[in-house]
Amino acid sequence: MINNRFFGRRRPEPPRPIPPGQYLEDGFPVLSAGPTPRVDTATWEFTIQSSSANGSEGGSETLGSWDWDALNALPQTDFHTDIHCVTKWSKLDTDWRGVTIDTLFEDAGITDPDDFVMAFCDGGYTTNLPVEDIVDGKGLLAHTYDGEPLAPEHGGPVRLLVPHLYFWKSAKWVRGLKFMDQDAPGFWEGYGYNMYGDPWREQRYTGD
Amino acid sequence: MGPEGAGTGPEATATPGAWQVATVESVHTESPRVKLFRLKLPGRGNFQAGQYYDIRLSAPDGYQAQRSYSISSSPEEPDVIELTIELITDGEVSSYFHEVVEKGEKIELRGPIGGHFTWTPNYTEPVLLVAGGSGIAPLMSILRHRRTVGAASRMLLMFSVRTESDILFRRDLEQMASEDTNFELVITLTRAVPEGWAGETRRIDPQMIDAAFDMVSREAGGAFDGAKEPDRTFGRAYICGGTGFVESIASYLLETGMDYNEIRTERFGP
Repeated sequence: MINNRFFGRRRPEPPRPIPPGQYLEDGFPVLSAGPTPRVDTATWEFTIQSSSANGSEGGSETLGSWDWDALNALPQTDFHTDIHCVTKWSKLDTDWRGVTIDTLFEDAGITDPDDFVMAFCDGGYTTNLPVEDIVDGKGLLAHTYDGEPLAPEHGGPVRLLVPHLYFWKSAKWVRGLKFMDQDAPGFWEGYGYNMYGDPWREQRYTGD
Repeated sequence: MGPEGAGTGPEATATPGAWQVATVESVHTESPRVKLFRLKLPGRGNFQAGQYYDIRLSAPDGYQAQRSYSISSSPEEPDVIELTIELITDGEVSSYFHEVVEKGEKIELRGPIGGHFTWTPNYTEPVLLVAGGSGIAPLMSILRHRRTVGAASRMLLMFSVRTESDILFRRDLEQMASEDTNFELVITLTRAVPEGWAGETRRIDPQMIDAAFDMVSREAGGAFDGAKEPDRTFGRAYICGGTGFVESIASYLLETGMDYNEIRTERFGP
């Protein structure tokens, strides 16, 4: 349908296409389901865990773990990218630094991963991702934004960055990845958000 | 149909349906910057108090803009939702609603959406609601729902606005507060205070939140069993407003020892 008296476009035209239904945002909105957890880098640790032996009940082992110093000692990678939030804003030309998931897998000797991961976080947030969407230079554990330590309200000290998917997949305050042999919904996915979340196909909600 | 007839139980759908076309039933100017839009849906809304809808406007040349707006009405009205829309400077969607939309206009929308920031009457612990400006919208849905179903659970609303004319839903809120001993209302004005104003006059701070805890703790009297610690009087909090507002209040509630997962937030604005 058409709203005949709507003309829109009061914001500047994007310098390049942005995904359907999105608008350009200069600021950096904060959207979280709960408070910003206080995270101390002195006790922070990131782990990669195997899938559970029998479905969801226990039985997983730690395949790799890194404390703050260990993470910073790994080769660092810069991402220059656009980000797209399911709440309709897109932000262009953001700069991040951190450690790629490829580097973590290599450091932990993970060569034959399962097909999916569940990212888990301080505060209990979770989100599911296909492994193929976080390897081959597509996923970063980001600790630096725009040359500064990542602010707590934006997910600091460390958030996941998977910029080709809607930004709820780039989990704030991330503490680890748990392999899954089949896909399962995380926090928002369980409330009707899309299991995959490709902004260019506007996969906001279940069934999109 | 009685309130129990509405589809508002925890089983309400987690999947927002397809895009549909609603009709504007009425437009009401609630404050200098906020209008209320009652939209008639083609079918049942079936939402939970606290959820929101996506709105999509389409220009004749194909350009589209989408925004999300919280529902401020109670789920008991099966096919009507009220959206609370604040006029945002340079906001292409909010300015269209404020300057163009009138009764009878067709609006494309999709929902309901969201699931963490919701309240259902089967949650019976005392609840702290904290709103900044138009952040009152989803909390109003919760309060209206609570009133309609006659829930006896305690709620306290702290509502922060700039000036007296920015107090949204004032008559409704004050009526609830006077009729219902289990509902407490604290309104604070942060910019201009009229003569004779008896409410609070500063930004919501730890001292004001502590006073809210004390109020519910004191007035609860023997209503709670003795095992409950005084600092646990509120089982859950819903905070909705601008980013800085929500950040500071949620952080303080975390400090008081409230369970992280029971501090539920919605932030808006960059």
